[in-house]
Amino acid sequence: MTTLDSSKEIQKNNSEVNETHEDFRMFGLITFLIADGMTFAGFFAAYLTYKAVNPLPDGAIYELELPIPTLNTILLLISSATFHKAGKALLKDKNSDSQKWLFFTAFLGIIFLICQLFEYFHLPFGLTDNLFASTFYALTGFHGLHVTLGTLMILIIAWQSRINGGRLNSQNMFPLEAVELYWHFVDGIWVILFIILYLL
Amino acid sequence: MTISIDPQKTNNKSLQPKGWLRYFSFSLDHKVIGIQYLVCGFLFYLIGGTLASAIRIELASPMSDFMPRDVYNQVLTLHGTIMIFLWIVPVVNGAFGNYLIPFYVGARDMAFPRLNAVAFWLIPPSGLMLVSSYFVDGAAQAGWTAYPPLSITTPQSGQIIWILSVLLLGGSSIFGGINFIATIIKLRRPGLKLMQLPMYCWAMLGTSLLVVLSTPVLAGTLILLSFDIIANTGFFNPVLGGNVVVYQHLFWFYSHPAVYIMVLPAFGLVSEILPVHARKPLFGYTTMVFSIMGIVVLGLVVWAHHMFTSGTPPWMRLFFTIATAFIAVPTGIKFFNWVATLWGGKISINSAMLFSCGFIINFVFGGITGVALAQVPFDIHVHDTYFVVAHFHYIVYGGTVFIIFSSIYHWFPKVTGKMLDEKLGVLHFIITFIGFNLCFAPQHWLGLNGMPRRVAEYDPQFQFVNQISSLGALLMAISTIPFLINVFLSVRNGKNAGDNPWNALTPEWLTSSPPPVENWEGEAPLVKEPYGYGKKIS
Ligand code: HEM
Ligand SMILES: [Cu+2]
Repeated sequence: MTTLDSSKEIQKNNSEVNETHEDFRMFGLITFLIADGMTFAGFFAAYLTYKAVNPLPDGAIYELELPIPTLNTILLLISSATFHKAGKALLKDKNSDSQKWLFFTAFLGIIFLICQLFEYFHLPFGLTDNLFASTFYALTGFHGLHVTLGTLMILIIAWQSRINGGRLNSQNMFPLEAVELYWHFVDGIWVILFIILYLL
Repeated sequence: MTISIDPQKTNNKSLQPKGWLRYFSFSLDHKVIGIQYLVCGFLFYLIGGTLASAIRIELASPMSDFMPRDVYNQVLTLHGTIMIFLWIVPVVNGAFGNYLIPFYVGARDMAFPRLNAVAFWLIPPSGLMLVSSYFVDGAAQAGWTAYPPLSITTPQSGQIIWILSVLLLGGSSIFGGINFIATIIKLRRPGLKLMQLPMYCWAMLGTSLLVVLSTPVLAGTLILLSFDIIANTGFFNPVLGGNVVVYQHLFWFYSHPAVYIMVLPAFGLVSEILPVHARKPLFGYTTMVFSIMGIVVLGLVVWAHHMFTSGTPPWMRLFFTIATAFIAVPTGIKFFNWVATLWGGKISINSAMLFSCGFIINFVFGGITGVALAQVPFDIHVHDTYFVVAHFHYIVYGGTVFIIFSSIYHWFPKVTGKMLDEKLGVLHFIITFIGFNLCFAPQHWLGLNGMPRRVAEYDPQFQFVNQISSLGALLMAISTIPFLINVFLSVRNGKNAGDNPWNALTPEWLTSSPPPVENWEGEAPLVKEPYGYGKKIS
């Protein structure tokens, strides 16, 4: 097996890698988000193609109202800012402040989801009514799934940033940073989705 | 988060099972995972090959007499899906990538070992699920492309299981891709520059970029397709106002890059093997790197050459023909570089070299028919005929599978410390090469004369040529026998290989064979010239 010398080598190597450690976890996450973004890109491309080449048949209803999605856009944008605040607070080791901001962010996420469901129930068309309707539900549903997942993860890290016994602090920021990046990504996708589905 | 435990910290690796048992465990060692991919892939290759034999038996006569027509469709679909998603992709990427890349970048493992193990263990269950769908209610019948409306109207359960397992395999592929990108970019040994990496690293970097950019689109598309099947939506169902061409666009946006996902790693592997056995530096390293990256970029914008007969508008035909023709340029550069690497070398004619040369010959042929297919006036005639079948088998089998075998002959001593038997190896090559060409060359003629693909019955005038093709398939089936015998005999009592039987310079040979758990006893060597053959080494 390894001699004394070489085990020292491995030790040295350990510390070397540990230094760049945070770095490539973030890198991996970014790569994953690019992949995730491509799924959305595929959906958007399909929706736009349908719009361009498949006119709705006579009598089909596809009407969207703006108030709720506009409110939702504002909610998500605010939540991105509050998440950022949480990160800032944790960096200064103000765990309880950080936790408050995180809970507030999660709260905004939940309101978003409730509004989204409210919209679903009041739309004049269902999943299988026509092509646009199906694409609308597929896109917003897939995004809503992302928001749900994000909200759950925010609640988890909020729990972990509790003062006594929590894992998160200014030395261990990665979980918070990772979820934050994911959350910004989900918000960004929403803005694109809002423009393409509601405004175009 | 928990997916990323850094490799060096997982010293509990020594607590994991030893010996052959570790190949059945959730091992985090990249070498174990590589072999898991290889063996698992090979088992599926045997299943896929059996299905191929069934197809060729059916096609030995013009009538549908060996199996009912719908069973033929199922066999055809399973054959294509298994060969692509469970054999070629996992083996050229997962198996060789996992085994070699950490060595090449001078690391002790992949960037995310746990994610790596998860990626592998997604494969056996989804593969078994796919195969078992045949026994449940009949497997999918719509071919590996699953075009709607066929995929919507054929029996549902088989198609849904097909979608589920392709989604899982796609997920595995994406996890693998993320891991390769992170390993190559971030885990390089200090002092090792990108332009000093062995060519396989570049090939895997390019492939992984394609995986990350295009596989998610396939996943999204298949989710929409499953909605059409289960929830009665009409994304791709013309009866409900949907649009089948959108499916084709989305599908080929993944699946043209997928053909490069299947062949780019083989380009990388052959670039490792040729210099060693010709004792010459790899010719034109920089042009190789740029042509790989050129193929990655162009590969993303040529997909509609699969759709020239799908009512594609003229401007689109023009654009995609030109873009496809452009891809021949970087591909040609690579071909000439390989030939130039061989030129004037001290070539050893061994099994690894023979399979590599077979690759070059077959690949060029498949490339030429590819460029021909990209020309709209020609493609309209031969689209969906046996000409296309011949084209892609020349590349996927004649190209990639030949390289898989070449690589096995080349790296077997590394993995086991034993040599494979050369006589059996050469025999394996000869039967494979003759069988392969006998099987697929006549299919060009069949296609040009109008025999459609994917149909169990055909015009009796084609019978003779089809029988020649089936004879070739028989030879290909036989060719696995000397290979398997060779592997079993050599693992048990092959000649001892020593650490570096080929006197190779790439880093994986600069440690013992088989290598220790963390790859090197001491520090990883810094290899700045992996191809410095014939030069004075200082
Ligand atoms: C030299 C570059 C290549 C060119 C110009 C090219 C061109 C084409 C074209 C135009 C088609 C469509 C034919 C039709 O359906 O009518 C095609 C089909 C195909 N090609 Fe290639 N190809 C090239 C390389 C490859 C490579 C490297 C692979 C795989 C590793 C590959 C695999 C396939 C497959 C699997 C199909 C058939 C797909 C199907 O319909 O099932 N090709 N190729
Ligand atoms: Cu293609």
